[in-house]
Amino acid sequence: MHTLALIFPYAVAFTVPLLAASLGGLFSERSGVVNIGLEGLMVSGSFTCAVVASRMETVLGPGNPGALWMGLGAAVVVGALFSLLHAFASISLKANQVISGTAINMIAGSLTVFLARTMTGSGNVRIVLGFIPSDIPVLSGIPILGPLFFTKTYATTWLMAAVLAVAWFVIYKTPFGLRLRACGEHPQTADAAGINVYRMRYIAVVLSGALAGLAGGIILVTYSGEFNGNVAGLGFLALAALIFGQWKPLGILGATAFFGFAATIANVSQVIPQFSRIPGLLLKAFPYVVTLIALVLFSKSSQAPRASGEPFDQGKR
Amino acid sequence: MSRFKNLFTALAAVVLGLLAGAVFMALSGSNPLAGFYYLFRGGLMNMERIGNTLASATTLVFTGLAVAFSFKTGLFNIGASGQMLMGGLTATAIGLSVQMPRMILLPLIVLAAAAAGALWAAIPGFLKAKFNVHEVVATIMMNWIAYWTVYYTIPAYFKGTFLETESRRIPALASFRVEWLTNIFRGSYINMGVFLALTAVIVIAIILEKTTLGFELKAVGFNRYAAEYAGIHVPKNIVLSMSISGILAGLAGATYYLGYAVNMQIGVVPSAGIDGIAVALLGANSPWGVLASSLFFGILHSGKGFMNAMTKVPPEIGDTIIAIIIYFAATGVLFTRLWERITRKWNKEA
Repeated sequence: MHTLALIFPYAVAFTVPLLAASLGGLFSERSGVVNIGLEGLMVSGSFTCAVVASRMETVLGPGNPGALWMGLGAAVVVGALFSLLHAFASISLKANQVISGTAINMIAGSLTVFLARTMTGSGNVRIVLGFIPSDIPVLSGIPILGPLFFTKTYATTWLMAAVLAVAWFVIYKTPFGLRLRACGEHPQTADAAGINVYRMRYIAVVLSGALAGLAGGIILVTYSGEFNGNVAGLGFLALAALIFGQWKPLGILGATAFFGFAATIANVSQVIPQFSRIPGLLLKAFPYVVTLIALVLFSKSSQAPRASGEPFDQGKR
Repeated sequence: MSRFKNLFTALAAVVLGLLAGAVFMALSGSNPLAGFYYLFRGGLMNMERIGNTLASATTLVFTGLAVAFSFKTGLFNIGASGQMLMGGLTATAIGLSVQMPRMILLPLIVLAAAAAGALWAAIPGFLKAKFNVHEVVATIMMNWIAYWTVYYTIPAYFKGTFLETESRRIPALASFRVEWLTNIFRGSYINMGVFLALTAVIVIAIILEKTTLGFELKAVGFNRYAAEYAGIHVPKNIVLSMSISGILAGLAGATYYLGYAVNMQIGVVPSAGIDGIAVALLGANSPWGVLASSLFFGILHSGKGFMNAMTKVPPEIGDTIIAIIIYFAATGVLFTRLWERITRKWNKEA
């Protein structure tokens, strides 16, 4: 119990950006567009957040929440704008979505470092101080639940909890969500019912860009504190979590939490006696191997949006 | 006619990529003309630089062929980096632990690296064929497993003399570098891999154009269901296509870590894996196109350091240009339409 309480905050901190990116992927894939560019969109968000937050920190003071929130806001905007490139290629031009996404990843990975080097000379952008984890008053006093969920939490964690709830509500309980899912399952039918498939898909891809940008920003203002040109493959992991979670918001929550805990255990295994006897390779490779196994197990009953990855052509049936 | 169309699309993507690069150079406060001058000069100005360009191109030919070959079967092998790592790890392990005459050792290394790469690609291939697991996600997972395998294996068994994070130096006996080639190119990274890469281009071209195997693989790529209806065993072709793709990526690893480099470092995902996608796209997935675009990207790779030394442009401009070229290659339909419009007009007038 003590060990669990010890690693819980770290695991949650790692889960939250993964959840944000994965929810972004959810919107995009539910509308029928595969967004493999999540990684690059996260990188662009992380970079933007670093630049804006570090500039604002010099004005407002180190660790000023206002500066950090402005950084996050900018990350959302830039992620959304950047994803328009992917939307244009894969929706308007009907290009291969995987290739377009790969291009997004590569552009983000090289261009941000290029810009960072032009700005700072080193290719890294650092903020002075990120969000400080804090205990929630009253709630943190609850036995068991208190130490796990309400101690040492980041403000961004609560933001993501709200985003998750809204995403679930939007996808399942609103006309917009129904139309979105229709576009991903059978765009021709959706089109016949009077839904503008192109527009829905544009909105979905831009939403995915905004959420992935937010994810990159959250990494920066919580546990990393420094932009160094990548987000360690979390964008791809978010994609795997999306499949693992079977394209459902709550499934994604479970999948990302699994990755969050697996990664945290692998990272702290050296200092926790229960885990230090397991070889590091096994711990590190564990999430990826489990994902492969899960993909095999789910393959028979896959809930993948049927039209995911297929460009919509109005003239086709 | 379609060959000209492909060429036009590729050239348009390259020109737009270079133009975008020029804009970014200007934005960073440098003169784009000077930037490009030093970029290309850095890749071509003397025998050593040309040797380095060819050495960079060697790796890209292998990974580019790997991606292009799987594309022909409708598969997207984004795992060339992982297959390259496993090929490189196997090659390094043999090179550091086996003592043999060079005439036997080098072929053995080549075969073992090819087998390792093939195995690493065959797993996602099998998962795709048997369980319809998407190969993009599966190969990404395999990349990370390869990354961590290298991360823990090198320090445990092949730890370098000074650093924990790299392997011991590859002995000259197991290296792909040969004296006469190094001498011609005045001490560059060029190695026997360059001939191996050329052979690979020819072999892959023959497989794709002249054999039943190539015909079946392409048929599966064009239309999986039609191919099945025509009596082609689709799952077998998927596994086979991924395996051959993995062989090529494995060879990239062997020639990179035992030829271009002198040891294997941990914690690095080789960028050639992703660059291979760019090479394949720009080369329109044809072996000869891959060769040409590898040479072009090779110049960018070996010239960017020199450009960075002579101007203030950060070296990442090289990768930025490559990335933008891929985006324009992906949106090639724009240029294809343009080409069709031009030729239609031309035909009308003629």
